[in-house]
Amino acid sequence: MTDRPLVEELRLFLGDPQTWWGPASIPLRLGEHLLLSAVAVLAAAALVIPPALWAAHRRRGVVAAAAVVNIGRAVPTFGILVVVVVWLGLGPWPALVALVALSGPPMFTNTVAAVLAVDPAVLESAWGMGMTGRAVLMKVELPLALPVIAEGIRIAISQVIATATLAALAAGGGLGRFIVDGFAKRDQGELLMGAVLVAAVAVVAEMLFTRGQRRLVPSQASAEGSR
Amino acid sequence: MSDQAGAAGQPMISLQDVSKTYDAASAPAVESLTLEILSGEIVVLVGPSGCGKTTVLKMINRLVEPTSGDIEVAGTPVGEGEPHLLRRSIGYVIQQVGLFPHWTVRRNIATVPELLGWSPQRISDRTGELARLVGLDESMLDRYPGALSGGQQQRVGVARALAADPPVLLMDEPFGAVDPIVRHRLQDELVDLQKRLRKTIVFVTHDIEEAIKLGDRIVILNVGGVLEQQGSPAEILSRPANRFVEDFIGAERNLQRLALRRVAELRLKWGPMVEVSTTPEAAREAAAREGTEWVGLLSDGVMAGWVPVSELPESPSLEGLEPRPFGAVVSRRASLRQTVDAMVGSSQEMAVVAEDGYYCGLVDFRMVSEALGSQRGSRAGG
Amino acid sequence: MNIFNWEWVGRNWIAIVERTWEHVFLTAVAVVVGTVIAIGLAVVAVRRRRWYGPITSVTNILYTVPSLALFAFLVPFTGLSTLTSEIGLVSYTLLIIVRNTVAGVDGVSRGVREAADGMGFTARRRFWKAEFPLALPVIMAGIRIASVTTVGLVTITAILGQGGLGYFILAGLRSFFWTQIIIGTVGSVLLAVVIDVGLLWVERLLTPWTRRAAA
Repeated sequence: MTDRPLVEELRLFLGDPQTWWGPASIPLRLGEHLLLSAVAVLAAAALVIPPALWAAHRRRGVVAAAAVVNIGRAVPTFGILVVVVVWLGLGPWPALVALVALSGPPMFTNTVAAVLAVDPAVLESAWGMGMTGRAVLMKVELPLALPVIAEGIRIAISQVIATATLAALAAGGGLGRFIVDGFAKRDQGELLMGAVLVAAVAVVAEMLFTRGQRRLVPSQASAEGSR
Repeated sequence: MSDQAGAAGQPMISLQDVSKTYDAASAPAVESLTLEILSGEIVVLVGPSGCGKTTVLKMINRLVEPTSGDIEVAGTPVGEGEPHLLRRSIGYVIQQVGLFPHWTVRRNIATVPELLGWSPQRISDRTGELARLVGLDESMLDRYPGALSGGQQQRVGVARALAADPPVLLMDEPFGAVDPIVRHRLQDELVDLQKRLRKTIVFVTHDIEEAIKLGDRIVILNVGGVLEQQGSPAEILSRPANRFVEDFIGAERNLQRLALRRVAELRLKWGPMVEVSTTPEAAREAAAREGTEWVGLLSDGVMAGWVPVSELPESPSLEGLEPRPFGAVVSRRASLRQTVDAMVGSSQEMAVVAEDGYYCGLVDFRMVSEALGSQRGSRAGG
Repeated sequence: MNIFNWEWVGRNWIAIVERTWEHVFLTAVAVVVGTVIAIGLAVVAVRRRRWYGPITSVTNILYTVPSLALFAFLVPFTGLSTLTSEIGLVSYTLLIIVRNTVAGVDGVSRGVREAADGMGFTARRRFWKAEFPLALPVIMAGIRIASVTTVGLVTITAILGQGGLGYFILAGLRSFFWTQIIIGTVGSVLLAVVIDVGLLWVERLLTPWTRRAAA
């Protein structure tokens, strides 16, 4: 690293017009980061949640869900990212594939676990009153599973934002670029700003989602708050 | 199921040689059971755990498919058509209630009418009607089930099962999860409800006292779904078919025996009861005749309460007195055990028997113990 | 055959063993230090309930901040050092272990607690002699999750010039050399599994009274 004091480096980085305008600027990198994360989470949710709901409704996928948790936790995200990138090549699309692959498992497991956790007595009465399988799934299992599914999405978002940072190592864009470039250029100002920006995005996203989560399931909250 | 009314006494549900084996390797849960349930009666299936009583119930609404045999409801084989359509015409109540926690009580009750596509106006009218029927305060309709007590939840469960006015009701230990006081109250309410609605009810329990209290007919099942005996409570109690039934109804235990006998079997005393329209003189005579320090007042047969003899007025009329409520009041369907409980609970040596407020007579400790003695005698003789 | 080069493995097995040990070392230090800090925080949270909120909020933020950002943030202060790696790795273990410890202690039956009080245990004695040991299975579950997670995160410290088996992943990325990437990734997964099983074994030794229930 250079000998300039940290404050000086920060001043230099923040004073550079390219930091604020152009292809490597903070607004652009932030946009890339958010877009990549959002597309990855939405794609993974669309790919994973419906089949997980259906599988759990049919009481299948239980073993798969347990295996996914354990293996998912043991596989290093960094390794997966590199495998996908080296396999598919550099650039944003391979990074997206890796992010989808990494955000799917927590949503899958949480969805399966949530549906399986629905009180069997509630299900028995749903079937017993003559609901069709579709009605049992859509009117009973899905709404009751929603809080835990939302928790799975929250975990996935957290993980995707973190991994999208790593994507910069594989020539992807996003805020991770500042960190990777900071390391490469030994520019501590850029490094520090990158770190702060990524941390801020992750924490703000988490806070926003947690707040949204509470609003998303109001009936649940009042049902549990038994007075 | 088209025949809603189903004239009383006609078979409503019939099981012909029904067997169920869950797992090819294991013993059958139910083995060639043949059973006929008449329209408008309460049949209680009772037996130890593993006797397949719940399986029998679930085969009627096809939550469990029989391995072999035929089941008909209202003359139609249940196997015909879609199971979910069949189930909408059969009320179903389970021990854990199984209310939908994410729906209000109102919407829970409306589940089947909604599935049947009733108009919102009709659903809303029906919901209010049902709430009154099962004794739920209207203010509870907009709460979530989590905010209700266990007893209230089961009232909602019963209302929900009755919502589309099905001719048949299946009840699987519905009162098993509430405390004894609430359980007795819910049982009484079910008896009242049944007097008005005349549904065909199949009721599953492991509690013989509950079976005696509720059943028009009791079916005793043994492990493996073997039918040991069926008959009215009186038949089962007086002539247990075999050792298993005898053991199951608990021949050795006095308390159990108390639980098996109903007030209706006793010859009640009339006691010092007078109509309010008579004179204080007649009231004093009644008390003297019975050797009591009090008299009970009736108004056209309806219990008004009691007053101490010392408070009887000199005036020619009994009107204007303020009678006190009786401490121990039981119905004719109550078991002797409940009757003794009521006496002990009110620290009195007698209990008043009444039906819908109408006075029927008095029971005291001596009558209860004599009833037990006579049963012991008959058992020894038989 | 061209995707995995056994010859390379043969030539580099010493480096592989060294990196594996580095991986184990980085993980072990992080988990041990993390466990000590987390249990300390959990004790505070259990004794003084109003601290539970702030403690979980702070550990949750540490957990939410992406690891690369946390490492990058520390580098200007602590350099490309093992200390930087460990600070980052430890901070990810805290939330899981704190949460499980508090949940485990809360899960101890009231009967046990009242029996301890009834026999005249002090609050401290009650915690260490009754509540904590009974909470051990839940605490150990947290430690296992934290360990497996840490094994994965260690690979990222490759950008700080360490990384254990992650070193091979980064090197493989730079040279597009599959053998290294596979050694790094698969090796890391195997290591996680071995550590998880090892900890399960430790848990069995520490909590003999749960064994009959599990059988």
